[in-house]
Formats: sequence, structure tokens, C-alpha cells
Amino acid sequence: MKWFLVFLLVAATTAGDVFRSMGMKHHGEIDDFRPGAIGKALGMLVKNRYVIISTLSMAVSFFSFIKLVAIAPMSFAVPMSAATFIPETILARVLLKETVNWQRWTGALLIAAGVVFISQ
Amino acid sequence: MPATSRNANLRFRTRLFTAIVVLSNVAGNSLLTHGMQKLGDPGNTPLALIGALFHPFVAAGVALLIVWTLSHMALLSWADLSYVMPVTAIGYVLTAFSGRFILGEEISVYRWTGIGLITLGVMLVSRTNPVSAGESRT
Repeated sequence: MKWFLVFLLVAATTAGDVFRSMGMKHHGEIDDFRPGAIGKALGMLVKNRYVIISTLSMAVSFFSFIKLVAIAPMSFAVPMSAATFIPETILARVLLKETVNWQRWTGALLIAAGVVFISQ
Repeated sequence: MPATSRNANLRFRTRLFTAIVVLSNVAGNSLLTHGMQKLGDPGNTPLALIGALFHPFVAAGVALLIVWTLSHMALLSWADLSYVMPVTAIGYVLTAFSGRFILGEEISVYRWTGIGLITLGVMLVSRTNPVSAGESRT
């Protein structure tokens, strides 16, 4: 049960982050933080299909997480979600066409290795 | 706005939102975990999980995770996912510390090593430009 929840958490978080990034880039840069402008942006974002898919994925991720922390210590559950770093970095390069240089790859690998140690 | 001024503004905004994303996530997760551990296993039905949201610590955790969601979305509107994801990973280190010092959980030598590797990875990525140069933006 514990490892099934970890798998669900990682898959749903990866999909949620990638679609969120896609949706926000599609929306454009948010640089006006007045209440009216934020309200207008939120009004547009609730109709953004990428943001909708991201929100549904994040809901699955959230409920997997709260179920996981109910049966495992926080210092196990939270670092486990960092296993998303490798698939998300690959998808950022392939789907989002980001420039992923050696520092970002090395950083992602170090963090993924850190997750292996932190889960011991 | 001149390019240098815009870059400085972007860097400042990126650091500010990274701090908000990390702190709201760590505090939200800690409150959520504390609430869930007080509550015990709520069961497997969606209704039982939704019912858990009415516990005060769980509700406060959820409120902070809403702040996390909105600030994370704003940050991703200009910064790369391959930048945002690793730099906000410093939250895992803060969470481990809060688990140790607030919830009294043990941190083994392996976990300390993991914390060191994550911190190193975050430091490396934070040296890169938050926005991919030359990539198209809509």
C-alpha cells in the first residue's frame, strides 16, 4: 500500500507540474499583482485546459499524499515526492522545450540521489 | 524597461516567489501531517478523506497549500519548470528539519547524507538563469 501510494504520488505530481507549467506559459507572464489583476488572471486560468488537467492531477497527488502521511512518517513521505525530479526534467526538455544545461541535469540527479539516501 | 533592469527585476521576483513557494509548502505540509497524525488513518473512502479536511490543523495546512499553489503558478508563468522544481527542493530539507525538531522524528546518517546531496543539487541549479534563453514564450 505504501509503495503504491508513492507511485501514485509521483505520477500525479509529475503530470500536475508539467501541465501547470504548460498552462502558465500558455497564459503568459504574471507581473501585475493588484487584486483586480489577480482576479482577472484567475478567471482566465480556470478556463485554461492545461491548468484544469494539472489541477485534477494535483488533486490525485494531494489525496495520495494525505493518505501516505497517515500511514508513514513525514520524513519518509515528503522526500519520496522528490522522485519526480528525473521524469519532470526529461519532460521539461522534451515537451516544454526548455534549455536544460549540465548544471540542471546534475542538480536533478543529485536531488534524486538525495531522495534514495533520505528514504533509507 | 531596459534589459538589465528587467533582468534584475526578474531575479528579485523569482527569489521572492521561490521563498513564498518553499515556506508555504513546508509549513502547509507540517500542519497537514500533524493534523493527520492526530486524526489517525481516516479510511479509504473519498468522503472520509474530505471529512479529514475539517480538522483545524488539516484545514490550516490546506489553506497554506492554496497559497503554495497560487505562488507556484505565478512563478511558473515566467520561470522554467526545470529551474523551479530543483530550487524549491530546499523545502525537503526544511521539512526534514521540521520533522526532527517539531515532530521529534529521528534523522539517520543516511538521511543526513540525502539532505546534503539535495542541498548541493539546489545550489547548482540556482546558479542557472531561471528563464531559458532564446525559447519562445507566448
